[in-house]
Amino acid sequence: MKRSVQLLLALTAALTLAACSTTKPEEEQVDTSAQDAAAQAEAEALARQRAAEEAERQRIAALLDNNVIYFDFDDDSIRSEYVEVLEAHAKYAQNSGKSVTLEGHADERGTPEYNLALGERRAKSVAQLMRTYGVSDSNIDVISFGEESPANPGHTEAAWQENRRVEIKYQ
Amino acid sequence: MNYIFKTLAIISISLMALASKAEIQIYITEGRSDARPIAIVPFKFESESAVQGQPPFDFAKIIADDLRRSGKFNPTEISKLPQHPYSIDQVNLEQWRELGVDGVVYGTVSQTASGNYMVSYDLIDPFNDKAIFSADIEEGSYPLIPSSSHLMVLKTKVVDNDNFRWGAHIAADEIYEALTGERGAFATQIAYVEVNRNDPRPYQLFVADSDGFNAKRIFASRSPIMSPTWSPDSSQLSYVTFENGRSEIVIQDIASGQREIVASYKGFNSAPAWSPDGSKMVVVLSKDGNPELYLLELATKQLQRLTRHYAIDTEPSWAPDGKSLIFTSDRGGRPQIYRIRLADKKVDRVTFEGIHNAGAEFTPDGKSIVMVHQANGSYHIAAQDLATGQLTVLTKTTLDESLSIAPNGSMIIFSTVDGGQKVLSAVSMDGRFKARLPATVGEVKAPAWSPFIL
Repeated sequence: MKRSVQLLLALTAALTLAACSTTKPEEEQVDTSAQDAAAQAEAEALARQRAAEEAERQRIAALLDNNVIYFDFDDDSIRSEYVEVLEAHAKYAQNSGKSVTLEGHADERGTPEYNLALGERRAKSVAQLMRTYGVSDSNIDVISFGEESPANPGHTEAAWQENRRVEIKYQ
Repeated sequence: MNYIFKTLAIISISLMALASKAEIQIYITEGRSDARPIAIVPFKFESESAVQGQPPFDFAKIIADDLRRSGKFNPTEISKLPQHPYSIDQVNLEQWRELGVDGVVYGTVSQTASGNYMVSYDLIDPFNDKAIFSADIEEGSYPLIPSSSHLMVLKTKVVDNDNFRWGAHIAADEIYEALTGERGAFATQIAYVEVNRNDPRPYQLFVADSDGFNAKRIFASRSPIMSPTWSPDSSQLSYVTFENGRSEIVIQDIASGQREIVASYKGFNSAPAWSPDGSKMVVVLSKDGNPELYLLELATKQLQRLTRHYAIDTEPSWAPDGKSLIFTSDRGGRPQIYRIRLADKKVDRVTFEGIHNAGAEFTPDGKSIVMVHQANGSYHIAAQDLATGQLTVLTKTTLDESLSIAPNGSMIIFSTVDGGQKVLSAVSMDGRFKARLPATVGEVKAPAWSPFIL
């Protein structure tokens, strides 16, 4: 009889102890995991956002890095491949408040004075596009160098292609 | 007249003179087979001074080179001359007739005690016994021997070391006029832009004698120089300068070096063209939104707008009578030559042949224009008769631009690309004579022939 009572007491004690010891940790685990999950989700979202912003920054930087627009022979229309670049420059100009100078050039074919006018036409084309993106006229300066300042002084088609251009510069 | 045969002779004209080295050399690339034979006898040298020197240059050779460069004459090789006379009584007309020359030039260079040179020279026509310059000869002052009735030119000049070559060019002009009836343009100068990319100031404006000698640097810049043009009295040059970051028009006095910026408006400032009377200039400004022609009164700097059109209007050139201008406009779609009357600003189109005509100049007689004409992707110099409208292409080079006409209308100098380099080239008004003028250093462009220099 004594032995069974002892066992019963021990068992009760053990159970009580077990009951005590397990109730609190269970509650904490549930709280932390919810918080952890939320925090983790937040962190992941933030990281994704930062990555996206960084990618966008790099995309804009790459566009802005591109500060020369090229043109077809005897033409001053802006090729579609440059519209994105010019949009990036326009936004940059607006946000930074900087003045932008557009330098227009032509290849050597034809007469120098007519090419001076052609260079200006090209720079004005770029200016017009930037204005549609909100850059104010007072922040744009247009200068033509005609055929006088070639990027490539050669006399080949390849050289001429490099010279038919507008260069975007900031003050 | 032998139109069919073209002698392709590449004659390098030696420019190794004693004291002066040319910046540009002249290579005849296409000569005329009907160039008139002429004999230029080496002049005799005499010296009165105690120290026997040598004249600084070969007077006769300068004359011979000038006449050869005109394309109209073929000076006889010295080794083939039958005699070397230096005065009229020594001339053996029979021998010269046998040689078959249109003229014989001989003379003397006498060094005076003061170090100057008295140069006397005659031009004789062995076949023609009409003394054309008899008015120059005082009665009884010249030996009346058979050869004197063949005299066409009889002159004496005093020159010094500095104007020795110039005196020879004047002599060449006198001889040229006596033989052709046309005024010579040897005593003239050419302005041009040289680009040397290794130089800290790569863009340089030069003025040289018409034979390339005595090149003098007028202006040097880190930034481009364009469109030099002479004042009618040849004392000033106007040109476009980018020295302040954008195009501006400047006038520079050649002798004093003084410079004045006469147009620096918003947009670009370019294409100065002096009026024949020297009081005005037409310039091209884009300050009012697009390139237009403006008349600039030089005394007051007042501007009068001449053209009103949204197209490009540029490259004005005055008619010799000062009453109208030709200019380039793409108002019809592509560049063509138009004419504007100053009295009423009326504009008419001049060129109808070819998809692109630009950079035109009037000939001195006002009867033709010379322009850059594009055909099949190539840019050639072409002349158009204003009365008939007939267009004649003069060159075979394909990147021609920036032409300038000699003041006697006989020759056109222009910029082109040859052998991978930008060089100057010359072509006679009839297209039959061609020469190439590369620079010794760098690339040359934007030539401007001076008026007659008195």
